[in-house]
Parts: sequence; structure tokens; C-alpha cells
Amino acid sequence: MTAFDAAVLGGGIMGSATALNLAWGGMRVAVIEKRALGSGASGVNAGTLSLQIKRVALMPYAIRGKELWATTAKRLGVDVHYRVVGGMTLAFTEAEAEALRTRMAERIAAGAGAEMITAARAGEIEPALAGERIVLASYSPLDAYANSSVTGLAYRRALVAAGAEVREGAPVTAIDRAEGAFTITAGGERVVARRLVLAGGAWLKGLLRMVGIEMPIHYRVNQVAVTERTRPLFKAVIMHALGFLTLKQSDNGTVLIGGGWQGFGDPEAGGGEVDAENLVGNLRLARYAMPALAGSRIVRSWAGYEAHVPDFMPLIGPLAGVDDAYVIGCVRGGYTQGPYMGQLLAELILGREPEMPLFNPNRFNEARAAA
Amino acid sequence: MTAPGPERFDLIVIGAGPAGASAATEADRAGLRVLLLDEQPAAGGQIYRPLPAEFSPREGRAPGPDLRAGAALRAALAGSGAEARFRRRVWHLARGFSVFALGPDGVERYAAPALLVAAGTHERVIAFPGWTLPGVIGLAGATVLLKSQQVLPGERVVVAGAGPLLGAVAAGILKGGGRVVACVDLASPAEWMRLAPAAGLRPDLWGQAAGWTAAFLRGRVPLYPRHAVVEARGPGRVAEVCIAPVGGDGAPRADAPVRVLRADSLCVGHGLVPATEMTRALGAEHLYRPDEGGWIARRDACLRTSVERLYVAGDGAGIAGAVPAALRGRLAALAAARDLGRLAEAEFARKAAPVRRRLARTAAFGAAVARLMALRPGLARTVSRDTLVCRCEDLTRAEIEDAIGEGAREINQLKSWTRCGMGPCQGRMCGETVASLMAARVGSREAVGQWTARPPFRPVDFEALTGDFTYDHLPFPPTAPA
Ligand SMILES: Cc1cc2nc3c(=O)[nH]c(=O)nc-3n(C[C@H](O)[C@H](O)[C@H](O)COP(=O)(O)OP(=O)(O)OC[C@H]3O[C@@H](n4cnc5c(N)ncnc54)[C@H](O)[C@@H]3O)c2cc1C
Ligand SMILES: Cc1cc2nc3c(=O)[nH]c(=O)nc-3n(C[C@H](O)[C@H](O)[C@H](O)COP(=O)(O)OP(=O)(O)OC[C@H]3O[C@@H](n4cnc5c(N)ncnc54)[C@H](O)[C@@H]3O)c2cc1C
Repeated sequence: MTAFDAAVLGGGIMGSATALNLAWGGMRVAVIEKRALGSGASGVNAGTLSLQIKRVALMPYAIRGKELWATTAKRLGVDVHYRVVGGMTLAFTEAEAEALRTRMAERIAAGAGAEMITAARAGEIEPALAGERIVLASYSPLDAYANSSVTGLAYRRALVAAGAEVREGAPVTAIDRAEGAFTITAGGERVVARRLVLAGGAWLKGLLRMVGIEMPIHYRVNQVAVTERTRPLFKAVIMHALGFLTLKQSDNGTVLIGGGWQGFGDPEAGGGEVDAENLVGNLRLARYAMPALAGSRIVRSWAGYEAHVPDFMPLIGPLAGVDDAYVIGCVRGGYTQGPYMGQLLAELILGREPEMPLFNPNRFNEARAAA
Repeated sequence: MTAPGPERFDLIVIGAGPAGASAATEADRAGLRVLLLDEQPAAGGQIYRPLPAEFSPREGRAPGPDLRAGAALRAALAGSGAEARFRRRVWHLARGFSVFALGPDGVERYAAPALLVAAGTHERVIAFPGWTLPGVIGLAGATVLLKSQQVLPGERVVVAGAGPLLGAVAAGILKGGGRVVACVDLASPAEWMRLAPAAGLRPDLWGQAAGWTAAFLRGRVPLYPRHAVVEARGPGRVAEVCIAPVGGDGAPRADAPVRVLRADSLCVGHGLVPATEMTRALGAEHLYRPDEGGWIARRDACLRTSVERLYVAGDGAGIAGAVPAALRGRLAALAAARDLGRLAEAEFARKAAPVRRRLARTAAFGAAVARLMALRPGLARTVSRDTLVCRCEDLTRAEIEDAIGEGAREINQLKSWTRCGMGPCQGRMCGETVASLMAARVGSREAVGQWTARPPFRPVDFEALTGDFTYDHLPFPPTAPA
């Protein structure tokens, strides 16, 4: 068994983007994925690529991530339906307007590319909105979306073309280290690699434990719903001042409705489950913003897991105490930033200076900290 | 949505066909507070669908056996204390159990410690060139037209596919004064003959069989056993139906001569598929059992699934026909009463024994009928590369095959790559064709897997789902830090 230069465990956007950049950089890479590439958060998310909803500290990364999505079709050879449609964030009360003003001022200063607009202007840009309910809005012509359900296809095709080994249906159950290499047990088979990248998304905690590291990784269960194809109603991505809504209509007429309303579930026990009350709450807010949605039908809703640590900042970099092991995950809004975060980590692993600073993953390392 | 808490029952039964209606009646007799929900306006399910009020049975004709059985089922239910609510579409279930339905007044929420799913089946139609032409309808759909609307599908009808619905539809058309150009049957006469010993235990069926035979002879219906429809042609609407001899697996024989029939309508169905979306949504374990219709929830002899206090009954638990459906419904209700501690073991045994005995007598026939309707894996070979397989998303066989060729290993992966199954039919129309095509490449239906169940179980109206509300009362979630 010849050793791979690197094994990436987890085939979401974080793992796939890291692996692809490593392969492009000349490494022999294996991606080992429990189910299918993109079967986790990266393939079920709402696909919003908006800078208006990004944290200021992560804005430069989100800007670069969004740029990479814009060229994905060319870089990866699969059309991910990237569309620049503009984005609008709505406040329906005075309190929301105040929150929007404060947050957006910071984000605009950080490069979000948005401007504050009046309710009247919002109604001009998107006539299907309930203009009379809007108190204040912000707008950016740069905001975009892509279709997350083809994330797995896109990265799989690119990884195969780059000569990487893609193993799907292979849950990692053990990681052993001996003689400067890792032996990874996955789906009854073994893979040997000199470097290890843990990219397990909401399942990261379990992978970290396999190398003896305990971290306070938590998760949220985000819900999304989609309508059947309906007549064209709007173009822009519609969002809410407090973050409770994302609305977008694809070319095929379906309307995707999200906003971080919570479902149930535990990643270790299986897929997330939709909370009916929260689904109805999310849909009501959508209808409040866009009354014409009432004429459509909901065909599907689902829930996915998004991981975070207590400070809601990413974990990206080398793991203290385990040589040649790296982690990448817990990036909020990680679909937008994933392609860039993976590139940064790959730069580090390839021995180059990353274009922007990484995020020390050892700040929560409980087991090592206690030792 | 529902400010007051959910309405509570001991047992909730979903589906008021023979299985669910019998179960609710039995559960009431066992002393359970039971709720029965169905989206139809009355109990009866697919087979015992009542005649709409505006149609009175024709002058001088006695109602057929199905109408009589349906009336008896409804009378028993009405005479029981079971709470039956109709025009309720169940769109979501949560563990433990919460049931979300959409009724005439919007979203309703119910809760019970035990749940029985008796949601029946949907029809399997394996795609063939021309299957999307106007004038092509499902066999099961045709029974609904004939029964509840008393409408003929056409004037010159080809009836094709598998199982007893062939006979039911052909006889119904003849009775309504239509012409059956041909009855094209996947099965051989020998396969039908295998029903005979089992039917011996079901004298109730003799009359029906004799009736069909007489009608066929009178109507001079040409029979084409071991044949399949390989193409339907337009222009614009079915004008010609091409049929060819097939092997036992449903695949057209290589040298097969194709016969062209002139017709203005084609009723075609390749069997029934158990509706498992509800048990899948609740995380029950499922098994692939082609002889019982395909994927079904794993169940014990008393219809318990792998999820505690979740039961299945009727054709949704595995195809067996209406009579076993009702008996299994009763057995599941008794099991629920026992598991809830409302029926002592001895009492349960006493009540269950006669039901089990009757079930044993009818099981052989049910299994034989189900085998007739089982998927024939070779049938998918009639799908040409440019035939539409997924109608909702306009995907041809070639597009599906390309994705499989590129490495889609499992049906949900195929769905994300191609959108197959993402439309309003939620994969009910294309699922069996796609899974057959995939299984031929990846080895087995088990490897292909099942669609992940995602609410709503059927598309639901946005307006009805959201109802009346005010902005101030939206239950905003806690936010993560900005
Ligand atoms: C419903 C929802 C909506 C969202 N909307 C947006 C949005 O609009 N815009 C945006 O920018 N972000 C959005 N996000 C966030 C974004 O999707 C995530 O931040 C990002 O996809 C995380 O990527 P990941 O690679 O870390 O995790 P994942 O995509 O979950 O990948 C982790 C992978 O690891 C695999 N794995 C786990 N354990 C093992 C093991 N033991 N062995 C092998 N493989 C394993 C899993 O199967 C999975 O495929 C949303 C998230 C959700 C859930
Ligand atoms: C369209 C069709 C026509 C048929 N016609 C005949 C026939 O003419 N002769 C014959 O011998 N056999 C026929 N069959 C087979 C026959 O249906 C079964 O043998 C028998 O009815 C099974 O009974 P059941 O109680 O298991 O299911 P069903 O009779 O199918 O009853 C299931 C019930 O569940 C309800 N339901 C399902 N999902 C939901 C939901 N989400 N919310 C609320 N309610 C729900 C349905 O409305 C239905 O009333 C037909 C099957 C189909 C699918």
C-alpha cells in the first residue's frame, strides 16, 4: 500500500476544496467520505452568496470565496448555476431598522458593497415585495447565489480530473499513527497517508476524538423549504435584518426559502428533521415579505447541520500535538467561504505562505489544554 | 400555528382505506381513543371509494360487491366511537408522535403515543417511448375515473400492464359501453393459473372472476399474454400503441415482432408500490421485498415496525389486497392496544386469534396477486435513450445513465446531480424506472436505496399552510452572533 501525500476526511465544501487545491499543487490525495461528496451541509444549504450577511471579521474571506464561486464553472467544469442577482435586506419594524443601520454600516465599511435604500426604492427594485411593510432596506447589486445541490458533482468531477482518489460510502472509524504516517480505517478498507486533514463538518468532534483531541463543537439544525415551479416573481436574493429569511427564485421558477429556522436532530443519530412550527414560521415571514408566494405550493423541506465553536469563528490550521494533522471547519456561512478556506489551508500544507491568516484551531483544545 | 397544544389521542390512524378504517373500528372496540385521518371525503380507500352523491347506482342494478363491502366498512366505522376526520392531508410527522394535517381550516396538529400508517399505495408505471402523451393514463387512475366519475378513458382503449387491475379496468370500460381494443398482459396464463389454488380459499372472488370472464367473452377482448407496450405514438395524443412479446422478466424478446394497435387511449400500470414515505420519515427500517411491491417497513407478525409504537397495515405494509389489508389493520390496532397497556395479554390473544386465522387463509391469495404485480426488472429495457424518465424535471434516460456512468452510486446522489425526483410528484412517477435503471448498473435495489423522505408528504398549498398570522407573533428563532 503506497502512502498518499494527504488524506482528507470528509467531502463537504471544506474537505473537497482543500483536497482539490492539494491535488492541483501536485500532491497525491485521497478524499474519504462517509456518504457522498456534498451529502452534508455543503449539498443542502440555501446557496446564498451575499456579503450583507457576513461577519465583519470574515468579510475579506467571504469576498474571496464569492469570487471563486463566480469562476467555478470554468475551474471545476460543472455549472453550479452561479447567478449575480443582487441582494436586499429588509427591516419591517423600527427596531429592525436600527439593527440594520448599525450592522450594515460596519459591513459596508468592511467591503460588503451594499447601500441603504428606502422602502420606495426597495419596491421599485422588486415590485413583488410588500413595499408598504418595509421600514428600511439595504441593497447590493453584487449579491449572488448558486445551486448547492451540485456541490458534490462539481467537486467530484474536478477531483477525479485532478487525479485525486475519491472514496464515497466510506465512514472513517479509526485513525492510527505509526512511523510518520496515518492509517485510516474507512468502510472496511485502510488508507495510509503522510498528512491528515479533518473536515467532518458537524461530525468533526468524532473525527478529532480519533486523534485524541476533544473540542467543544456544537451544531445548529438549519431548515430550508422549496416551492414548485412558479411564474417569475423576483430576481434578487431577499433577506431579513435579523437574519431570519433568505428567499431566492431560480431560473426554473422554484423559490428557495431559508433563514436559519431550527429543526431537530443529532448528527450522530442521522439526518436532521424539520420542525413543523418553525417551517410554518419561516414560510409566514416569507409570505409577509412577498405576498404572492401564497399562490404557490411547497414541495419539499429539509434540515441540515452546521457546526460551530463557542466564538462562532472558524477552526482552520495545524492541530497542536499531532504532527501533520490539520483541521478545517466550523465556518459560519461556510458555503460562501469554503472554496477560499480550502485554498488557504492547502497553501499552508503545500508549504506556501497563505494569502490570508488562518484560524488557530487549538484555542479550544480541551484535552491538550488540560494535559 | 397552533397556539393551543395538540389534540391528543391514544392512537392515530392515517388512511381510511380498508386497513385504516378497520383498524380504527377495532381500536375503538378495544377501548382506545382513536383518531382516523384521510384526505378523501369519506372512508373506503382506493378500492371501496364511494360513489359521489350525484351518481346514484344505475336503475335496476344491484350495487357490486366492492360497493357493498365499502358501505359495510363505512357503517362499522360510523357505528364505532372512533373519531374520523376527512379532507385532512397529513403532510408531516414527528417522532413521539405528532401528526400535522392540512384540513379545511388550515394546519391541525394531533398527538398520540401510538401511530398506525395505513396510507396505501401508488401505481408503478415504467417509462416507455410515448408514455407522456395525452391519452396515456395509469390503470389505477383509470379505476378512479370509472368509479368516482363514471367516465370512460376513451372510445378505443388498450388496457396494459400487470395484475388484477387489468381485469377491473377492462371490465369497467365494457360495462360503461366502451371498447377494449386489447388487454396486454405481462403475465402468462400459467402465472394466472397459480392464483387458482389460493383463490380456492376465497369464494368471494369466484363471482368477480366469473364476471370478468363473461364480460371479456361478450366484449370479445383480444388478450395478449406475455406482451408489453413498447411504444405509444401520436401525433398530439395516443393514436397507436405498439406491443411486443416479452420474457418472464418483462424484457422484449430480441427478435420480437411488434404489433401496432389503433387506439385513442392507453391505460397502463405495472403494479402497485407501497407508500412508505411516512415510515421512512420516522426512521423505521425498510427492506426491499419485490414480491410485496418493493420497499416496505420491516414489521413483525403484529405489524409493529422497528420504531416503538409505530405500526403499519394494508397495502402500504406490503401488497396483499383489500381483504388482508382490513385484517392486518385490525391486528395492528389490537397490538397497539396491548402495547399501550389497554388490552391484557390473554384478551389480546383471544381477540387476535380469529383475525390471524382469517389472515392465514387469505394470505396465500394476496401473496399470489402481489407476485403478479411485482416489478419485472427487464421492463426498463424498453426505455429508449431519449425517452423522458422524470417528467417533472424533463430528464431523459440518457441524462440519468450519464450521471450513473459518472459515478452516482445511490438514488439521492443521482437526485442532487440531476434534479430527478425533485418535482411535484416527489419521485413517485419516475422512482421505479430510475431505480430499475440504476439497479441494473450498481447491482441491486438495496444498493440504489430509497429517496430520503422530506416533508411535506405531498405538495401543500402555501396559503393554507401559512394561514392567518400577525408579524408580532412570528416565533423568531434565537440568532447566532452577527
Ligand atoms: C440548511 C443550511 C443552509 C445554509 N445556508 C447557507 C447559505 O445560504 N450560504 C452559506 O454561505 N452557507 C450556508 N450554510 C452553511 C454551509 O452549508 C456550511 O457552513 C458548509 O457547507 C460546511 O461545510 P463542511 O465541509 O464543513 O461540512 P459538510 O458539508 O457537512 O461536510 C462534512 C462531510 O464530512 C463527512 N463526514 C463526517 N464524518 C465522517 C467520517 N467519520 N468519515 C467520513 N466522512 C465523514 C460528512 O458525510 C460530510 O459530507 C447553510 C447550512 C445549512 C445546514
Ligand atoms: C388508484 C388505485 C386504485 C385501485 N383500484 C382497485 C380496484 O378497483 N380493485 C381492487 O381490487 N384493488 C384496487 N386497488 C388496490 C387496492 O387499493 C388495495 O388492495 C386496497 O385498497 C388496500 O387498502 P389500504 O387500506 O391498504 O389502502 P388504500 O385503500 O389505498 O387506502 C389508503 C388511504 O390513505 C389515504 N392517504 C394516503 N396518504 C395520505 C395522506 N398523506 N394524508 C391523508 N390521507 C392519506 C388515502 O386517501 C386512502 O384513502 C387500487 C389501488 C390504487 C392505488
